Amino acid sequence: MSDKHLSTQFDTELSEISNRVLEMGGLVESQVAQAVYALSNFSGETATQVLQQEERVNAMEIEIDRDLSAIIARRQPTARDLRLLIAVSKTIGNLERIGDEAARIARTVQRLINTGVSSRMRLPVSDLSFEASLATAQLRKVLDAFARLDTVRALEVLKQDDEIDKEFDGLLRKLITYMMEDPRTISASIDLVFVAKAIERVGDHAKNLSEQIIYIVKGTDVRHHSVAAVEDAVR
Amino acid sequence: MDARVNLPVTEKAKLSVRNLNFHYGSFHALKNINLDLPEGKVTAFIGPSGCGKSTLLRTFNRMYELYPEQRAEGQILLDGENILQPGLDVSLIRAKVGMVFQKPTPFPMSIYDNIAFGVKLFENLPRAEMDERVEWALKKAALWNEVKDKLDQSGSGLSGGQQQRLCIARGIAIKPEVLLLDEPCSALDPISTGKIEELIHELKSDYTVLIVTHNMQQAARCSDYTAYMYLGDLVEFGPTAELFMKPKKKDTEDYITGRFG
Repeated sequence: MSDKHLSTQFDTELSEISNRVLEMGGLVESQVAQAVYALSNFSGETATQVLQQEERVNAMEIEIDRDLSAIIARRQPTARDLRLLIAVSKTIGNLERIGDEAARIARTVQRLINTGVSSRMRLPVSDLSFEASLATAQLRKVLDAFARLDTVRALEVLKQDDEIDKEFDGLLRKLITYMMEDPRTISASIDLVFVAKAIERVGDHAKNLSEQIIYIVKGTDVRHHSVAAVEDAVR
Repeated sequence: MDARVNLPVTEKAKLSVRNLNFHYGSFHALKNINLDLPEGKVTAFIGPSGCGKSTLLRTFNRMYELYPEQRAEGQILLDGENILQPGLDVSLIRAKVGMVFQKPTPFPMSIYDNIAFGVKLFENLPRAEMDERVEWALKKAALWNEVKDKLDQSGSGLSGGQQQRLCIARGIAIKPEVLLLDEPCSALDPISTGKIEELIHELKSDYTVLIVTHNMQQAARCSDYTAYMYLGDLVEFGPTAELFMKPKKKDTEDYITGRFG
């Protein structure tokens, strides 16, 4: 059997929309990376760039949604085509929210700079960078899995989300210790708690994306299922 | 009766097809079909031209017997009784299993007589009761309001969509148990199609409806179960929502997503 539709135009529309999702994913991925860079280096300039990119991400979400509606109205897709379009709709929602988390981090960096916090305060920023590297790796991996419709990689992302959650718990304990030892860091530490939470949310969204990949390929909705059940669905 | 083939236990089988083979002369058109069709539900048959879906529909009321070179082997059980057995009165089967064709086929007579004609073959009703039956059938077919003031006018003066609803009214006037619809909307505009689909939905509470359609969206819209056929084989049968969202067979998926060819 061929993977091609009788209508080559339909094929083009579907591959175009997938490419747009990947483009949006790439944009969001770089947004997160820049936000983390801005935090590690207290760079207000980079933080501003992240916030500027948010508008583009939001616009892309709207454009892709519009294209989705047009395809559904014109083609009345079924089975895996329909699953792809439904999954794309949820995927771009998740990507947009990853962008929101990046923007949240960037705004926090700006606030920290404005209140005179600097790298000299020896806050555990490098620990946050580690959590962020886990999250961005997850995001990269899941976008790669989306491009190839690779359920095995999607499953890996789903399983690895726990690591980010553990890292977040560890960071929280560490920041509490900082606050207890030196109450002058309380305000900045609380900001960092929110940053750590934002990074943890990026990981959650990556996990959501992996569930959509499994839905496209296998037709099984694995949201809110145990890892064992998801493994069954992928097998 | 044989064990059910494909239906969930919650459904009662109205028609059970067992090892059905059909030949047009030397051409083997249906290949060992086994299928249970649920009572009080709409089942759609889809598949490319020549896949045997209309042939299968025509075996349910032995319409094929009009042509000597066509023959069916196997069993079709209607409530457990094999309607293919020789010696059975075909007109009694057709009283239980009504049929509506692709092109509207009003008789060249008044709207009233179009409905009353079939009823008279099976029942001898007094005039008042016949009036009631005609009104009932036309109301059921959602045509009454459009024709109640011109029942004595010719049926062929109606629009295509109205004619098709007239044929459905004629089909249900004799109160069959099963209604066969062979592409009932292919000659109709979207509004008339919408009305017929609405009607199919209404009818299924009283009848078991089987519909052959080339329009996959129509199958998806108005059926509870769908059967996909290809080259005389039954490829897949299942609940419509499942078949259109996550078909079990790759062949079915290729067909419904338009990758067929």
